Amino acid sequence: MVGLQHYLILSAALFAIGMYGVFVKRNAIAILLCVELMLNAVNIALAGFSRYVTPAALTGQIFVIFIMIVAAAEAAIGLAIIIAIYRNRGSIDPDKINLLKW
Amino acid sequence: MPTNLMWLIFLLPVASFVIVSALIKPFINNESKLPGYVTILAITGSFALSVWALVTVMSAEGHVIDVPAITWLNIGNLTISINMIMDSLTAVMLVVVTFVSLMVQIYSLGYLHRDPVNTVDTGFPRYYAWMSLFTASMLGLIIAGNLLMMFMFWEMVGLCSYLLIGFWFHKPAAANAAKKAFIVTRLGDFGFLAAILLIFANTHTFDTNALRDLAMTGVLAGNVLTWAAIGIFAGAAGKSAQFPLHVWLPDAMEGPTPVSALIHSATMVSAGVFLVARTFPLFVFSTQALTTVAIIGGFTAIFAASMGMVMNDIKRVLAYSTISQLGFMMLGLGASGLGIAHESNLTAEIIRGATAVGIFHLFTHAFFKSLLFLGSGSVNHASGTFDMRKMGGLGKAMPWTCITFVIGSLSLAGIWPLAGFWSKDEILAKAMENQPFLFVLALITVFMTAFYMFRAVFMTFSGEYKGGEVHEPHDAQEKASDHEEHNAHTTQPHESPAIMVLPLVLLSILAIVAGFWNITGAFSAFMGHETESKTIIQGLFGVFTENWLPIASLLVAISGIFMAYVMYSVKWLSPSKIADGFFKPLYILFSRKYYMDELYENIIVSKLLLGGLFKGFQKLDEQVIDGTVNGAGSGTRNSGNVLRKLQNGQLQFYGLFIGIGIVAIAVCLFIFG
Repeated sequence: MVGLQHYLILSAALFAIGMYGVFVKRNAIAILLCVELMLNAVNIALAGFSRYVTPAALTGQIFVIFIMIVAAAEAAIGLAIIIAIYRNRGSIDPDKINLLKW
Repeated sequence: MPTNLMWLIFLLPVASFVIVSALIKPFINNESKLPGYVTILAITGSFALSVWALVTVMSAEGHVIDVPAITWLNIGNLTISINMIMDSLTAVMLVVVTFVSLMVQIYSLGYLHRDPVNTVDTGFPRYYAWMSLFTASMLGLIIAGNLLMMFMFWEMVGLCSYLLIGFWFHKPAAANAAKKAFIVTRLGDFGFLAAILLIFANTHTFDTNALRDLAMTGVLAGNVLTWAAIGIFAGAAGKSAQFPLHVWLPDAMEGPTPVSALIHSATMVSAGVFLVARTFPLFVFSTQALTTVAIIGGFTAIFAASMGMVMNDIKRVLAYSTISQLGFMMLGLGASGLGIAHESNLTAEIIRGATAVGIFHLFTHAFFKSLLFLGSGSVNHASGTFDMRKMGGLGKAMPWTCITFVIGSLSLAGIWPLAGFWSKDEILAKAMENQPFLFVLALITVFMTAFYMFRAVFMTFSGEYKGGEVHEPHDAQEKASDHEEHNAHTTQPHESPAIMVLPLVLLSILAIVAGFWNITGAFSAFMGHETESKTIIQGLFGVFTENWLPIASLLVAISGIFMAYVMYSVKWLSPSKIADGFFKPLYILFSRKYYMDELYENIIVSKLLLGGLFKGFQKLDEQVIDGTVNGAGSGTRNSGNVLRKLQNGQLQFYGLFIGIGIVAIAVCLFIFG
């Protein structure tokens, strides 16, 4: 029997993997992918709560759809920024994007 | 006399100060004599009212008039009022101050007008504004009926003294003298303020009459009373230039001569004597305080007179003479206080009467000393210098100045029947009764006084004219800085204008007759000291038949004059041989002013204060205070240097910390929430 905790464990695992990727990846696109992963981990948690805690209302699932839309828009902007940085500096390693550093 | 008019005595000079400094000054040029006229008018009014007040007080019961007090401040249950004491002491002082001030203002009209300084700044209105303010604060001090008011006016007098000594502030010597006067008198004022606070802490009142009653009933007694009296005397010693705070007065001669005549001979310096007289009830009940006053006074008298004998600057001779005479007054107060200290049933009248001796000398001294100062100004007007070695033979050229100066000198030397004789004689008599040792010193001082005054007279007025100080100004700056030398640049000295001679003549009349007030004992009786009354003739001639003292003091004074005559007029004895011979160490000691200036400047100020105390303060300031401030700054900067390494600009590094923060918050919630 699959219960709420299974969804939450999956969600937490995905979120942790995404966060790890955000912290350690040397490629901005990979970081963007990891951010998507984190967002979708949250989506799983939301869908699970919606199904198990408030089955009558659909607010959680609607929320998931909103997040997917926002994530798509964000990915488009993020990729555009990364392309702009690549054109400027010839690299998308976030360690090298340090103009504002002391 | 309506009491409101009594306030006017004080308010008229205040008004003239305001009018001259605020209303007139912007609208006149420096040539205008208007400020002088305004001041003279105001002080004439004050003088007339003072004479009226004197007459009223004379006819009043017990020679005291009650003046209703005005409430000034209510602090908790303490009421501070503006009240006036109008007794014989006040009335006498009012007349002295307003009269001398009036004479000096008239004289200044001639002396300072077209003063070269006036062309570069606003000398004339400034001078009269400050003179008015000075007169006002001096009158305020005299009428003040409580210690708080007295202290305020006391400080205002000190301030005006500073302003007027430094009147020619572009001369470094004058500016330094002004600072010196201010700081040295401040040392004494510290004692005065401490005494006021001590008295207030013990009695909760500032009122002079209330304090007198407390002292008389024995509520205020013992150590508190002694220390309060000594503190007050410290203030008086500062203002009255008593040893060891006398050093400022000779330097104060850098101010204009009329200022010296008003402030440093007749009025301000006698404020100290007046203060002791006003608070005399506190002194009378403390033998230690009275002895201190008498000893300091007697010592200062001979100490200053010895220096006066060797000065070459005529104003400095007069300055040391003033210090010496103020010492005489203090001696008179202390000695006559000791005379009544052991009596029982002292009344307020008797205590006030005991001050008569000192105050009478103050009264006569004011006239002849201001006369002498104004005379020295007149001499300077003619010869262009204050150095007596460059004068000589001025008697023929300026007869009025010469005659009045000689009258003043005779009076100061104590020659019968001039004013100085009567007042000095009484001090000597009191000293002989109560302090035999100080009496001997005082008698030697009488000799010195006669000697140095007639040394000045002979050096200035007899013999050949030695040319004065004649040099043409090389440039404008020198003209400004040395202008006093060019008041007269003619080679032939001439008499001063009538407006300067008139005050000399009026003052010399008083220098002759002022002493007659007490021949019959009238002055002492007025002050509250009843003696058997005599007729004028009895008093005038009978003084020699009563005992040997007046004859002795007269002989001593005449021998002093004779000594000066021998040395400086006929020159049987050469002064320079005496100075080089047996008396050389003494001469050097006197002319170096007992090395007091060196002691103060080189040892106390530069070694003890600058080298020790102030260096310690500097260390404290540099290391502790600056260290704290700098430490706060550099601590912040150093911690910033460490912390900014955290801001490495790496996105993932920040993200890691955000993650750690979230985890930390979650853990905290889990544990504590």
